[in-house]
Amino acid sequence: MTSIDKNPVAPRVIVREAAAPRPRWQVWLIRPEVVTLLLLVIAAIVATRLSPFFADLGFILESSTYYIEFAIVALVLTIVIISGEIDLSPAAQMALSACLFGTAFKAGAPIPVAMGVSLLSGLVMGAFNGFFVTVLRLPSIIVTIGTLILYRGLAQVLAGDKSISGFPGWFVGIDYRMVGIVPVPVLVFIAASILLGLFLGITIYGRQIYQIGTSEIAAIHAGIRVRRIKMGLFIASGLTSSIAGLMVASRLGSVRYDLATGGELTMVLIVMLGGTYIFGGRGSILGTFLAAWLLVIIATGMTVANIAINAQLTIMGLLLIVSIIATNAIYARSQR
Amino acid sequence: MTVSAPLVSARGISKSFGGVEVLRNVDLDLMPGEVHALLGENGAGKSTFAKILAGVHRPTRGTIELGGKPVEIASPIAAQRLGITLIHQEPISFPDLSVAENLVIGQVGAKPLGRVRWAELAKEARRLMGLLNVPIDVTVPMRGLSIADQQMVEIARALASDSRLIIMDEPTAALTPKEVETLFKIVRRLREEGRTIIFISHRLEEVRAICDRVTIFRDGDKIETATTASLTDADIIRRMIGRPVADYLHRGTSHVGEVALSVRALTLPGRFENISFDIRKGEIVGLGGLVGAGRTDVARAIFGVAPATSGVIEIDGKPVTINEPTDAIGLGIALVSEDRAIAGIFRTLPVETNITAAVPKRIAPKGIIRRTVEKALAKESVEKLSIRLASVRQPIGELSGGNQQKAILARWLLAEPDILILDEPTRGIDIGVKAEFYDMIGELAAGGRAILLISSELPELLALSDRILVMSEGKLTADIPRAEASQETIMHAAVPRSGRHTVSGAAA
Ligand SMILES: Nc1ncnc2c1ncn2[C@@H]1O[C@H](COP(=O)(O)OP(=O)(O)OP(=O)(O)O)[C@@H](O)[C@H]1O
Ligand SMILES: [Mg+2]
Repeated sequence: MTSIDKNPVAPRVIVREAAAPRPRWQVWLIRPEVVTLLLLVIAAIVATRLSPFFADLGFILESSTYYIEFAIVALVLTIVIISGEIDLSPAAQMALSACLFGTAFKAGAPIPVAMGVSLLSGLVMGAFNGFFVTVLRLPSIIVTIGTLILYRGLAQVLAGDKSISGFPGWFVGIDYRMVGIVPVPVLVFIAASILLGLFLGITIYGRQIYQIGTSEIAAIHAGIRVRRIKMGLFIASGLTSSIAGLMVASRLGSVRYDLATGGELTMVLIVMLGGTYIFGGRGSILGTFLAAWLLVIIATGMTVANIAINAQLTIMGLLLIVSIIATNAIYARSQR
Repeated sequence: MTVSAPLVSARGISKSFGGVEVLRNVDLDLMPGEVHALLGENGAGKSTFAKILAGVHRPTRGTIELGGKPVEIASPIAAQRLGITLIHQEPISFPDLSVAENLVIGQVGAKPLGRVRWAELAKEARRLMGLLNVPIDVTVPMRGLSIADQQMVEIARALASDSRLIIMDEPTAALTPKEVETLFKIVRRLREEGRTIIFISHRLEEVRAICDRVTIFRDGDKIETATTASLTDADIIRRMIGRPVADYLHRGTSHVGEVALSVRALTLPGRFENISFDIRKGEIVGLGGLVGAGRTDVARAIFGVAPATSGVIEIDGKPVTINEPTDAIGLGIALVSEDRAIAGIFRTLPVETNITAAVPKRIAPKGIIRRTVEKALAKESVEKLSIRLASVRQPIGELSGGNQQKAILARWLLAEPDILILDEPTRGIDIGVKAEFYDMIGELAAGGRAILLISSELPELLALSDRILVMSEGKLTADIPRAEASQETIMHAAVPRSGRHTVSGAAA
């Protein structure tokens, strides 16, 4: 009860606008993921015309193992980009951690220990990136271009120009292990997609990551632990890269300093094709998941169609630019 | 008034956003040499109408004539060419460019490849800021200016454009009486030059002081256009809201308890020095002063956004360390920041997400967000503060300025802080909701919360505060008990003695 002498006021009726807001299906239709899905369907149809192989799910799953490690890292990269940062060093982290694994193995460490070394290195490399970005507050694009060169260089110093091989049979050939018709790496990708999708979609951390990416200053004012979350993301990126590095090592049966060279381009391409906004705040794991399959079909399709590797790169570059522009346009439209 | 042809005549203007009609069939004539107020509740459609004239939005229906000729105002640039300038409700600027650069950006007439003469640019910028009588260094970047200073730069930019129609969307919301007076001098001069000015404000006394005619909007309809003198405040409010508004009466200060927040010798060089005060539980302490006096900096320091370099903060008698807002929130402090566009809203995220942003534990006790709880909390806030929206899933950027402000208030009310710091909390909020909000603040204090209220609106400070602190040039200059507080005592303590600010009057 307040001591305020109010005039008798009728209970306030909040007048809402009469017309209904934009129907839900329209909102859905202009989501970039839907565009990715459409492209995926078109690509699948075109590819099936091109070669009957593509009608075979087993063939697609098999060919996907060349890209699936990048796709797994791209899932984490999606979250990093949504938070308003970027990490360009994962491919180099894959190489360095895999070389550390190989070197430890050559030095006589049992495989599990060598794997532990590799995972630990991923953690440290991620934390190193995170330190520059969150503590020294440097732009992540510059920091991770720097560490991209640094990590790759260290891998070369460590492993020289020779490849390290001779891993025991049980470690090699992860891409030939199947559950039904699904190779294990693909299974890992699917599981990671579901987990990270849930993380981003229904947990409070996921929510806060979108908020940070939308407005970091507002997030700080709302009491969100921006620096801690970003540090966590860079560490997650490092850890995932080292896992991906191990998967490559297993698939190839050997490691070399140039493992996964240029992989950062593929990863960024997947994330952008999936409709994640390059300036942060928007995007989804679903988009990246779909985009990974889109990339698999396009890349395999080009190989089947005998397109030269240089031309393939050009096409990938064009795709990257087009997808960034398209995503921007879609978001600008939904904002009017 | 002499009979002359209107400069602008808008006929049958309607505007819909995604199926929601927010302006309905508005007719309006604007005369040369008049200051014309647009009035209405939050979300009534004032800014939308202004943006249509300034080419930001295209009307869904309707025609606009300018100087007797029908025109298409297709873009802000087109509007500029036609001599129409809009001062936005939310200052939009390029934060990394200097004040001088921001002043000339977007001016028509510049050659695209022409050479930029930096010295001339700075000189012109200084002249413009001199007209406004504000001591802003034109070479510093926009980032870091207070909202009021940003607002002054926006105004200066409009002056530089030499337009026939200048639309000011809540230009005074963050200004103190001194700056408002300077602005009014300029508006009067523009009027004498025969220009037309649209003035949007929620402060009726300002409308009375400067506007020849008013147009009142309600829910997207134009209710009436009349000369200001022909309507009483009560008439205006009735047409705006459709009901009378209760006067806010101070609730008395019977229930003041222990000291909740105590700061001692707080100093941040260049911003404020040696600030000491206490706030007790149940007490509302006002903090007045001119723009740039350092009030916001003190609030930001207590909240950990930009901590002080020396000094002590005590909560419930215990010294605490606050390095970032998370720490402050953990200690039960909340800050409603003056800068809602940058430090408040997540523009593209839904209203509900914005409202619940500071209470993660309540919407996700185990880390997983409970949609139903979140939705319920958001809906409750929307009702309580009568936030006008189409859906709580709507991006907050689509709400009107005042409704965004209400959503940010709702966010911090949900957090149930023990110590609530409000920095210009009613910036852009309409008269009807303001009274309700004052009640809410009174109730919070009655419930034992300690409240620090920073406001440039003296009537607001006087109505709500149990005690008023005044800052001037980074120092506390007065601690005025309620009984002695008046506009004069506050302004007396607020005006700097050192002469850094020139005394107003030099401008006209
Ligand atoms: N871009 C947009 N998309 C959807 N709705 C919008 C958009 N811009 C404005 N609206 C809606 O139009 C209505 C009128 O908004 P407007 O900004 O004109 O109000 P206003 O009278 O200026 O209010 P205030 O006093 O709060 O500034 C509001 O209900 C708002 O939600
Ligand atoms: Mg407005």
